[in-house]
Amino acid sequence: MSDHEHLEFRGKVIDLSPLSPDRARLIRLLGGAAIALFLFIFLATSVYQVEPDEVAVVQRFGAFDRTAEPGLHLRAPFGVETVTKVPVQRQLKMEFGFRTLSAGVQTSYAPASADTQAEALMLTGDLNVAVVEWIVQYRIKDPRAYLFHVRSVPDTLRDMSEAAMRGVVGDHSVDEVLTIGREAIASQAKDELQRLGDLYGVGIEIQQLVLQDVNPPDPVKPAFNEVNQAIQEKERAINEAWAEYNQVVPRAKGEAEQAVRAAEGYALERVNNAEGDAKRFDALYDEYKKAPEVTRKRIYLEAMAELMPKLGKKVIVDASAKGILSLLQLGGPEAAKGEKP
Amino acid sequence: MKPLLLFLAGLFALLLMAGSCYSVSETELVLVTQFGKPVEGVVDHPGLHVKLPFIQTVHRFDKRWLEFDGDPNEIPTKDKKYIWVDTYARWRIADPLRFFQAVGDERGGQSRLDDIVDGETRNAVASFDLIEVVRSTNRAFQITEELEGIGAAEAMAKVATGRPTIEKVILEKAAKITPQFGIELVDVRFKRLNYVESVQEKVFERMISERKRIAERSRSEGQGRAAEISGQKERDVLGISSTGYKSAQEVKGDADAKATAIYAKAYGRDPELYQFLKSMETLQASVDDKTWLVLSTDSDLWRFLKRGKGE
Repeated sequence: MSDHEHLEFRGKVIDLSPLSPDRARLIRLLGGAAIALFLFIFLATSVYQVEPDEVAVVQRFGAFDRTAEPGLHLRAPFGVETVTKVPVQRQLKMEFGFRTLSAGVQTSYAPASADTQAEALMLTGDLNVAVVEWIVQYRIKDPRAYLFHVRSVPDTLRDMSEAAMRGVVGDHSVDEVLTIGREAIASQAKDELQRLGDLYGVGIEIQQLVLQDVNPPDPVKPAFNEVNQAIQEKERAINEAWAEYNQVVPRAKGEAEQAVRAAEGYALERVNNAEGDAKRFDALYDEYKKAPEVTRKRIYLEAMAELMPKLGKKVIVDASAKGILSLLQLGGPEAAKGEKP
Repeated sequence: MKPLLLFLAGLFALLLMAGSCYSVSETELVLVTQFGKPVEGVVDHPGLHVKLPFIQTVHRFDKRWLEFDGDPNEIPTKDKKYIWVDTYARWRIADPLRFFQAVGDERGGQSRLDDIVDGETRNAVASFDLIEVVRSTNRAFQITEELEGIGAAEAMAKVATGRPTIEKVILEKAAKITPQFGIELVDVRFKRLNYVESVQEKVFERMISERKRIAERSRSEGQGRAAEISGQKERDVLGISSTGYKSAQEVKGDADAKATAIYAKAYGRDPELYQFLKSMETLQASVDDKTWLVLSTDSDLWRFLKRGKGE
């Protein structure tokens, strides 16, 4: 032992002062660093910020202690209190049957995968198949329930949502799903989803459930389009028939009206003429009565005087000459003219 | 030597403290075992707890409702339709001790649930017709004019049980089995129902033929309606024009009658004079330059020509 000490003593010079200035500085430095580290960790684990759309849930040794509103807060450091921030004000959205890749002016969607297709394919109440895409918008209503009551709420919500939608669609015909029942289905599914959510206590408020594209399955689509076409054709045939009706019937009405008006004109004319004639006759008769024989002769002769110049050929035959008619060429005016130009 | 000892002592104290304290989260249930043997009850209130260090071990279980997503199963329904049935369930570890002993951990629990829920689902679905599994109520479908009378008869069949009840049957039966594994089952639901590939093809064919029928009917309805309108048009046109004719004739007839009465009244005073006047008039109207006139000297006009003197 003494041998060794001796050797050491011989080989080294030992500084007997408690700490050399170098070591003292090093220790001070280390100490300072340790205190800084301690302070840093202390601050890092005790100060936290809650964003405006969040609420922080503080747990002390795992037990729920309090919630904290937006702002800067303190908590017990070194993991004694842990903080979980829950975005209670944010509206969250979940898509079924499709996925948005990037939203914006020109929203792009992920190509249909087996997964999204399986989400959207469902049986309708008349045992047909429809492809239904929808979205669910929700808000975290109760952060405690959201965190502590059900594990992985988003997954649960997906399951619930699919079950609710299929339940409702299963009670509607494919035609209702595709056309007239859309709104009713969305609102029923929303109610059912909220009911399930409350049943499980997920702490979520369903704000909206909106049906997106609802289609018949691809192989059936052409047949559905054909129905639409046929309905168009039907409408067109009916419209064309009405067009023709409207073209013809008013004209017929007009023509009938015309005939009636013309008849009324005729009636007016007829009666007026008759009255006129009657008046004329009456007047004539009154005078005739005074000298019937003379008047009669006068009328006759006047008529003849007027008549004579209008006639073409005039043949005057003596009353005693018989059978002269057979000598006359009565082949008609034409033949007569040809013979005597 | 002294600072080192102090340091070691401090470390030991820290370890002792760490080993004897444990925290329980809001979401956890804790079971403490001593050399593998469970001690005390289940720790289910969250916060800081104390145990014996080193010799007691903490087993943590999730207290929350947990998800269970069954595998899709191909199941024939009672009416021999093959469908894929995909269920989900909500469950929780109700009795951690039993759960720990029977299945160990969550993964074990999930696989046990697989067996139970899938089995009960199979039993239930196989004992109902497809329509019972799909529909929930007997609500009547809203039918538009085009679709009236079209659709598979089986789809219109009345539902006696319905989807929610079948789900409840599965839940009740499965929930009877799970307590022996310390599991509480709250809800079993059909997540997805789909036809298997071959059946789906048949269904698509049926849908197509159904649509074709609707299209055909719609077209012929259109034609029928158009013909009806065309007939209506003819009827209306004939009706209108004949009514017009009728009233025109009536008006004319009335006028004729009136005129006749007027003439009769006037000419009745001297029918012979009327006849004479009318003859003169007619004579005027019925001759032109092509007419021949053959007159006897006997006639009233030429009487004077022959004799040169009046009678």
